[in-house]
Amino acid sequence: MRLYVEGIGLLGPGLDGWMAGRAILSGAAVYLAAPTNLRTSNMLPAAERRRAGGPIKLALAVGQEAILQAGRDSTTVATVFTSSGGDNDNVHAINSILATAPREVSPTRFHNSVHNAAAGYWCIAAGTHEPSTSLCAHDASFAAGLLESAVQVTVDDAVVALIAYDHPHPEPMHRERPIAAPFGMGLILAGRRNERSLAMLEVDFVSGTAHETAMQDAALEALRIGVPAARGLPLLAALTVGGPAQIRIAYFSGHHLNVRVTPC
Amino acid sequence: MESLRARRSGLNPCAFEDVDLETYIAKIEALDSYRVRLDLSAYDCRNNRLAQLCLEQDGFPDAVSAAKSKYGAARIGLFLGTSTSGILQTELAYRRLDTQTGALPPSFHYAETQNTYSLAGFVSRYLGLHGPSFVVSSACSSSAKVFANAARMMAAGVCDAAVVGGVDSLCLSTLYGFNSLGLMSRFPCRPYDAERDGISIGEGAGFVLLERATAANTPGAILLLGIGESSDAYHMSTPHPEGLGARLAMQRALASAGLQTGEIDYINLHGTATKSNDASEARAVADVFGDLVSCSSTKGWTGHLLGAAGITEAIISMLAVEQGFVPGSLNTQRVDPAMAIDYLIENSARSINRVLSNSFGFGGSNCSLVLGRQA
Repeated sequence: MRLYVEGIGLLGPGLDGWMAGRAILSGAAVYLAAPTNLRTSNMLPAAERRRAGGPIKLALAVGQEAILQAGRDSTTVATVFTSSGGDNDNVHAINSILATAPREVSPTRFHNSVHNAAAGYWCIAAGTHEPSTSLCAHDASFAAGLLESAVQVTVDDAVVALIAYDHPHPEPMHRERPIAAPFGMGLILAGRRNERSLAMLEVDFVSGTAHETAMQDAALEALRIGVPAARGLPLLAALTVGGPAQIRIAYFSGHHLNVRVTPC
Repeated sequence: MESLRARRSGLNPCAFEDVDLETYIAKIEALDSYRVRLDLSAYDCRNNRLAQLCLEQDGFPDAVSAAKSKYGAARIGLFLGTSTSGILQTELAYRRLDTQTGALPPSFHYAETQNTYSLAGFVSRYLGLHGPSFVVSSACSSSAKVFANAARMMAAGVCDAAVVGGVDSLCLSTLYGFNSLGLMSRFPCRPYDAERDGISIGEGAGFVLLERATAANTPGAILLLGIGESSDAYHMSTPHPEGLGARLAMQRALASAGLQTGEIDYINLHGTATKSNDASEARAVADVFGDLVSCSSTKGWTGHLLGAAGITEAIISMLAVEQGFVPGSLNTQRVDPAMAIDYLIENSARSINRVLSNSFGFGGSNCSLVLGRQA
């Protein structure tokens, strides 16, 4: 499947936006881990802005950065959200409330607990009625999102914003499911090349195990392994190479995605 | 099918765990003592028990085995929907945190129970499927949307067949959550009734094996004819008051099926029995179809199955075509006079060919399916 990257969004620990992140991922600047700079998107209406937790901020920040770079009208772009866990702080709060009396779960906590909360907020912020889906595939969530996005671009001729994000669990869940840091990345993907196209991707779902592409920098590799959404980092690094590159991202059952990157 | 014909509801007064809410629920009693297959015991939780119990019905494993022989297990995709996965397991574990360390009990398995993907992880192992898999979790539209994922994956050549489905099981999060929103009825839900006052929550599951339509297998077969997806962009937990997203989903489903409104014989409505859902959906149906197409919600039988609503209502829609049976509505006494649609209360026996099934969820996530025989 052939698709074109038109815009990129990035927000993670020490990766504050694609411009700063690009220099680090290309090796031109040194990676220094720092807390993820979570900020509230100015896309959201005031009421929703108050209700948005960390994961929603993360998802909207990378989606907005990517769509601005692509110069696309946000009302015309379909979305694929993918996350291993959604709003883990909120789920922890609900589980704590339900374990004690009285079991008073607030309406906002409840509607933010759905896995597609970020998608719901995005659609309100972007004013879009285009299709949106919200996926989970545990550690393979990024690969699932990229596969679904590639298929939507190919079959439906859609322009798709792929938004992958993960946020740490508080304790006691953190011990069971450690997620290293808040991390999100967004890609605007389209089926046809235009003047905004940054690179062509050829994405194939391949049977059989293969060594997945690692990050060369040890700290970035720890981030890739430590956050499901950060399994997309090698793709971002490949986009900084300036020439053709090929990466592999692991899926389940010994499958993987093979992605060939050619700059436009 | 017998329950549909006999107008036998699965709703009963709420008696689930230690829930102290005055409401009706559709609970599957067999799950309390049921266990998942021994080799998959790490996955044992109410949601995966329900998945396995459902998979054991109607010769489904045999149909999947035949598909595996035909295509190979790596060429069959698995796309499932759930809203809460095995969260009940976590809710109960939070009551048993270690008093010294605050840790979860050692028997707790996050990836196999709470994680949203747990359902597909379990089902892929139970059925021995090795193709591409993921879980769609877009609240109450989840297991309708999986038909779109599967159809696209097959069209793109990523797989040759797919198992789609959805499972959602009772948990405290949804019961207390919907209660906090004031959306739960104290009575068995009354879809489209003038006096309707909220949902009844149920648990349920369904699975469908999809293959490509070919000249050889198409005649007489029930087909996935069209799919429409849309977003409300209005509010997280309230549908668009004019039914904008619902209307777009239905129009896109008709367009993708290449059908006119007059070619739809029956609409299985989302019909949750909340004031806002039914009013918004009725407006959208009236805008698209007028009062020319019979429609009903079957949630009086099942309750609202949330992430399993899409798949179970798709199966009811296919049964309606196969059996020549049009379901009416349970518990509905007097249809809301504000609704300008042909809402059915009584069941009827009638040959029908094409059904449109609606599923709408929190976050304004909408999906309509067209199922039936070719025009």
